[in-house]
Amino acid sequence: MAQDGATAAGTNEPAGWQTIVTDWSSDKQTFRVPWGKAMMWIFLLSDTFIFTCFLTGYMHVRVSTAVPWPNPSEVFGLNVFGVSVPLLLIGIMTFDLITSSGTMALAVNYGYRRDRGRAAALMFMTAAFGAIFVGMQAFEWSKLIIEEGVRPWANPMGASQFGASFFMITGFHGLHVSAGVVYLSIVAMKVLRGDYEKKGYEIVEIAGLYWHFVDLVWVFIFAFFYLW
Amino acid sequence: MASDTGQQHPLKIYFIIWALLFLFSGASYATDFLDHGLFRWGLILLFMVLKAGFIIAIFMHMRWERLALIYAILGPPVVLLVLIGLMVVEGEYTEGTRMSRFSAPLPIAGHVAEHEAAHE
Repeated sequence: MAQDGATAAGTNEPAGWQTIVTDWSSDKQTFRVPWGKAMMWIFLLSDTFIFTCFLTGYMHVRVSTAVPWPNPSEVFGLNVFGVSVPLLLIGIMTFDLITSSGTMALAVNYGYRRDRGRAAALMFMTAAFGAIFVGMQAFEWSKLIIEEGVRPWANPMGASQFGASFFMITGFHGLHVSAGVVYLSIVAMKVLRGDYEKKGYEIVEIAGLYWHFVDLVWVFIFAFFYLW
Repeated sequence: MASDTGQQHPLKIYFIIWALLFLFSGASYATDFLDHGLFRWGLILLFMVLKAGFIIAIFMHMRWERLALIYAILGPPVVLLVLIGLMVVEGEYTEGTRMSRFSAPLPIAGHVAEHEAAHE
C-alpha cells in the first residue's frame, strides 16, 4: 500500500497522495495498468450504476407500496423430505458463486506463473460453477412461475411489484453470469492453446475482474432482496 | 506494491480470504433465522460490507493498485448514496399518501361525478 509522506523511502518516486497528482498529470497515461484492465474497471463502474439503479428502484417500490411484501424467506424456501428449509436454494447458489470466485482467483495466479494448463483448468471449473448457478436459477424461476404463479405484474402472495423487481434484478444478474460463462470459456480455450505466451496473461486477470464483479453483485442481491 | 507486470501474490492469502467469504456467507444465511429488527439488519449489512470489501480488496487486487485507479473507480459510486437516500425519503412519503388516500373513499371520485353530472 502507499506510504505516507511525499516520497517513498530511498527513492525519488512520489508516494501517497502525491501519486494521484503525478499520475493524473502525467504526459502519456494516467493508469499504470494494461489498457484492457483500466477499461474493464471503467465498464464495471458503469455496471455498478446500473445494478444500483435497479436495486434502488426495487427498494422504492417496496418502501412505497401499501400492500404487504411477500416474505422471501418463505417464497424461496424448499421442502426437503417434508421439512421446509428457508432460502435453501439461494444459500446453495451463494456458496456456489463464492466457490467459483475462489477458483477464478487461483486461475489468475497460475496465469501469471505461466502455468497455462492449471490456469485454463481452473477457468473451466469457474465457468462450470457459473453454469450450475444459471441452472439453479432456471429451476428457481420455473418453480416460481409454474408452481407459485408469480408474474411480473401480479402474484398470489402480496404486493404486485414483487414479480417485476425479482425477474428484472435476478434476470439481469443471471444474464451477466451467462455472459461470464461464455467469456471465461473462450479465454480459457485461448489460454490452453497458448495464444498469450507472448502477450502475457493479464487477460486472465481482466476476465477475473468481471467474474468477481458478478459475485459482488450477488452479495448485494442476497442481502437486499432475499434477506430483507 | 503496484507493478506494471501484473498482480502476483502468495496463494495463501487467497485461501484465507476464500475461507472468510464462506464463513461470512454462512453467517449472513444464518441471520434469516433471527427475528426481523435492527439487530438483524445490522448483521446483514455488516456481513455484506465485509464480503464486498474482501472481494474488491483481495480477489480484485484493488488493495495493491495505485491510488489514481482506486479513487477513480471507488469514488464515483459514493454519489449513489445520495440517490438511495433521496429514494428512501420519497418512497416513505409515497407510502404515507397511499395509506391516507387509498384506504379512505377517494375525494377525487366525488369531484368527477359532480363534474360529469353538471355536463349532462
